[in-house]
Amino acid sequence: MSATEPLLEVDGLSVEFDTPEGVVKAVRDVSWNLMPGETLGIVGESGSGKSVSVMSLMKLIPTPPGRIVAGEVRFRDRDLLKLSRFQLRKLRGKDLAMVFQDPMSSLNPVQTVGRQIAEAMTVHDSKLSDNEARRRSIELLEVVGVPQADVRFKQYPHQFSGGMRQRAMIAMAIANRPPILIADEPTTALDVTIQAQVMEVLKDAQKKAGAAMVLITHDLGLIAEMADRVIVMYGGRVVEVGDVRTVFHNPQHPYTFGLMASLPRLDTQTETLPTIPGQPPSLITPPTGCAFHPRCRLKRDRLDCEQDVPPLREVTTEHFSACHHTDEMDQLIEEVSAEVGTDLTRGES
Amino acid sequence: MSGVAAAEEVANVRLERGQEILRVEDLKTHFPIRSGLLRRQVGTVQAVDGVSFSLAAGETLGLVGESGCGKSTIARTVMRLTEPTDGRILFKGEDITGFSRSQMRPIRQQMQIIFQDPYSSLNPRMSVEDIVGEPLRVHDMWKEQGHARVAELLDIVGLSPEHGKRFPHEFSGGQRQRIGVARALALNPQLIILDEPVSALDVSIQAQIVNLLKRLQDEFDLAYLFIAHDLSVVRHISDRVAVMYLGKMAEIGDHHDIYERPTHPYTQALLSAVPLPDPDARGQRGRIVLEGDVPSPSNPPSGCRFRTRCWKAEDRCAEEVPELIDRFGHGHPSACHFAELAPDSVGSGDAD
Amino acid sequence: MDSWARFRTHKPAMLGAAILVLYTLLAIFAPWVTPHDPVQQQLVQSLQTPSAEFWLGTDHLGRDVLTRILYGTRISLFIGIAAVVVGMGIGIPLGVVSGFYGRATDMVIQRIADIMFSFPSILLALALVAVLGVGLNNVIIAVGVAIIPIFIRLVRGQVLAVREEAYVDAARAIGASDLRILVRHVLANSWAPIIVQATISIGITILVAAGLGFLGLGVPSPTPEWGAMLGEGRNYIYSHPHMSTFPGLAIFLAVIAFNLMGDGLRDALDPRLRALEA
Repeated sequence: MSATEPLLEVDGLSVEFDTPEGVVKAVRDVSWNLMPGETLGIVGESGSGKSVSVMSLMKLIPTPPGRIVAGEVRFRDRDLLKLSRFQLRKLRGKDLAMVFQDPMSSLNPVQTVGRQIAEAMTVHDSKLSDNEARRRSIELLEVVGVPQADVRFKQYPHQFSGGMRQRAMIAMAIANRPPILIADEPTTALDVTIQAQVMEVLKDAQKKAGAAMVLITHDLGLIAEMADRVIVMYGGRVVEVGDVRTVFHNPQHPYTFGLMASLPRLDTQTETLPTIPGQPPSLITPPTGCAFHPRCRLKRDRLDCEQDVPPLREVTTEHFSACHHTDEMDQLIEEVSAEVGTDLTRGES
Repeated sequence: MSGVAAAEEVANVRLERGQEILRVEDLKTHFPIRSGLLRRQVGTVQAVDGVSFSLAAGETLGLVGESGCGKSTIARTVMRLTEPTDGRILFKGEDITGFSRSQMRPIRQQMQIIFQDPYSSLNPRMSVEDIVGEPLRVHDMWKEQGHARVAELLDIVGLSPEHGKRFPHEFSGGQRQRIGVARALALNPQLIILDEPVSALDVSIQAQIVNLLKRLQDEFDLAYLFIAHDLSVVRHISDRVAVMYLGKMAEIGDHHDIYERPTHPYTQALLSAVPLPDPDARGQRGRIVLEGDVPSPSNPPSGCRFRTRCWKAEDRCAEEVPELIDRFGHGHPSACHFAELAPDSVGSGDAD
Repeated sequence: MDSWARFRTHKPAMLGAAILVLYTLLAIFAPWVTPHDPVQQQLVQSLQTPSAEFWLGTDHLGRDVLTRILYGTRISLFIGIAAVVVGMGIGIPLGVVSGFYGRATDMVIQRIADIMFSFPSILLALALVAVLGVGLNNVIIAVGVAIIPIFIRLVRGQVLAVREEAYVDAARAIGASDLRILVRHVLANSWAPIIVQATISIGITILVAAGLGFLGLGVPSPTPEWGAMLGEGRNYIYSHPHMSTFPGLAIFLAVIAFNLMGDGLRDALDPRLRALEA
C-alpha cells in the first residue's frame, strides 16, 4: 500500500440493537480503513452488518433501540463517535455524503429537487447566494446526466423516475465535493440497464469530486466492477479483506469462496451450483467461535472453529482472512470443484 | 357440468417429455386507468400486448425483462389470476381462456405457481401443515392423503416433518420459499410458473433453492415457466429464454442463442449491463449503456417499443412494428428490423 | 414475545382490564355486595347524602345510589356489548362484501356508510329509538346500528389490504372457493384491528346508550341504568349533586377502561410491530 495516511479509520466498532427477542449483535468488533480516493467495497448478505457498520459511523442508526457499544472512528484526528449531534451534522454532506438505496424516501416529497440540492450546499455555506446555489445545482444535475436540468430543477421527486431520483441523490451527495462518499446499495432498487447508467454516473461523480467511496452492496458483480479493495462481512464480523482481484481470484475464507461459487454465471452454464448449506446465523445468539462454523466445510469437527473467534490474519500482503484454516483453502476448492464437476479455481493464486 | 368433466379429462392427461404443455397465442392483458368521481376510463396500461410462446413438458422457459415489461402479468394471466384482454392460453392443447372457475379447478391441479416474496406468500395465521395441505383440502384429498402427504412434501423440499406444526414467521426466507415450493407440488402438477422465485433471497440461499428446483424438475418431470430479472439465474436454469420489453417479446431462443448470439439490441444491452463478478472483466467488455428510461406502458412508442432507447433506430422503427421472426438466418426469432449478431457478445461460448 | 406477554406489560391496558374485571364481578355479585334493593322506593330516606349506610347517598325516591349503580352495571355493560355484537354482526359482512367484491356493491355500501357516518352516533340512535320505541332490545338495536359504519369501513380497509397479499393469490391459484379465501385468509388476518375496534366501540356504545337513557329514551324506569340515573339526577344537580356525579363517574370509568384496553390490544396485536421483531 502507499504511504499515505488513511482518510478514515474504523477501529473495534460494535453495535447492538435491543429487540423484544433479545439483544441483536449487529456489528461485532469491526475495523477497517479507507484510503484517499479509493473505492472500498463492503459485501455481505442481509444481516451481515454491512449497512449498520457504516451507518453507525455517522450515528445514523436509530438510538434506541440501537447502541454503539464500542469502537472509534477516526477522521481528521477526531473520533466521530465522540462528536455531538450538532458537530456531526456539520460533517454530514460536507465531509461524508451518502447515497441510499431508496431515493424516494431520502428525498423530501414536497420540495422541488432543485431546492433540495441547493439546500445541501447553502446549509454548509451560508455565504452562498440563492442565485449561485441555483446555478450550481443545475450544473450538478447536468453532471449526473439529468437531461433538461433547468426544467428538472423545478420538478418534485415524484416527477422523477427511479434512476433519475438516484442521479439527483448523487448530485446532492457530491454538491460539497466531500472527500468521502458512502453509497449504500445505491442501485438495488433499479433495473439492470438503469443500474448501469447510475453506476457510470457515480463513478464519474466520484472521480470529479476526487472522493473516496465506500460502496455497500450484496452484489459481487458490482464489487468486482467498482471496488479497489473489498471487505467481506458475515454475521456482524469482517471475515476477509483485500485487494479486489486478490480476493476474487484467491479467496482465503470459506465463506467468501462459497459465496462466489454459489453465484450462477452469465458467461457459462453449470449443472449444479455449489451451495453454502444451512441458514444465516442468528444475531441474537450467534454461533460461538467463528460465526460461519455451522455452515463451513472446513470445520471438519475441529474444536477451534467452535471455540475461538478467528482473528483477521494477513495471509498474503494486504490480504487478511479470519479463518483458522486458511492453509486448507486450496484443498477445499478442489473438493467442491470435484463435487460439482466444474473447475472453480479462478486463475492465478 | 359437462364442461367440468371435459376440463378434468384435460387435466388428467399425463404428457410425455417434449410434448407441448402450454401455448400462449397473441396474449394481451390491458388494465384500464380510471380516474375521477365516476371512475371513467381515461387510458389503458398495455401490460402485455401480443405475446406468444410455447412450453414443452419437462422444459424450462426463462422469461426475462426489467420491471414493467409484463413478465409477471403473463404469470398471473396464465394462472387466470388476472383476466386476459385478448389472445388464447392453451393448456395441453385445450383452450382454457374462457374456462369458468369450476372448469379451472381441475386445471389448477396441473398448473401451479410459486411467488417471489416468501414473506407475503404464506398466510401468517396458518401452520406450515395447513399451508402445504391447503391444496389437498381444496381438492378433497385431505382425508385419503393428508398428514402423510404433507410430511412427504416437506421431506421432498428439504424440511423436516416436525416443521409442520410451526408458523411461517419461525422460518428464514429460504425455508419459507421451500414451504411455497412444497405447496405448489402438493397436487403433483406438470407445470409450475415461478414468478421471481429467488430474487428476494440472499445469494447463498438462492443457490440452494435453484438447485432444489432443478432437482425437483428432474424428479417429477416438471415444466417451468421461470420468470426473473436476474439474467445469470435464468441462464443457469433455462433451456430456452424469452426476453421481454414493455409488453412485447424482443427475442426468444435457446439459451445459447440468447446469451451467446443475441441479435436484438435490447438483449445485447441487457446482457452487457450485468456486472460480472470478475474484476478482470472490468473495462474488457464492450458495455452498452442505454440512454433514458423505459417509457410508460400506458403510452408506448409507436412501431418498435424499444426505439426510443435504441442506438440503431431509424424512421422505419417508428412506423413499423417489428415482427418476432427469424431474420438473416440467425436461427432464432428476434423482433428487430436490424437484428444482427453483436461483434462482442458476453458469452465466451463455453460448451456445456 | 407473544401478544399476551406484550399486553401484560402494557400498564394502562392492565389498569383498564382491572377496572373491567372489577365491574364484571360487582355486576355479577351485586345482590351479595349490597343489602339494598335497586328498585324498591323508600321515600322516607330520599335524597340522603353519602353516609355509612348509603355510601353514595340515595336518590329522590330513596333508593341507594350505589346499589343502583351496581345493578346498572349489568344493564350498561350488557347494552354496550350486545350493541357492539349487533354492529359487528351487520358491519363485518357488509365490509367484507364491499371490500372483496368491489365495483357497484362496494359503491352502494360505501355511500350508505358515508351517509350514516355523517350523523353523530347519538343522533342516529335517537332517530332509531324514535322509530322503534323504547325498551332494552330497541336500545341495543338502535345503538348497534349506529356503529355499523365503523365496522364497515374498518373491515373493508382490512379486506382491501389483505386481498392484495400474495397468499390470497396463492389460495386462488390452488382453486380455493371465495368462502374459504374469505374465512381462512382474509378474515383470519383481519381480526386484530377488529378486536381492537370492538373493544373501543363498547366504550362508545355505553356512552351512546347512556345518552339515550339520560334523555329518557333508554331502558324504561325503574330499571337502574347509568344514563337514566344521570337524567334523574339532573333536577337535583345543585341541591344533591351526588345523584348525578356517581353515575357519571361510573360511565366515565367504564368508557376509559374500554379505551385503555383497546389501546393496549392495538399495541399487543399490531402486526406491524410484530413484523419489526421478525
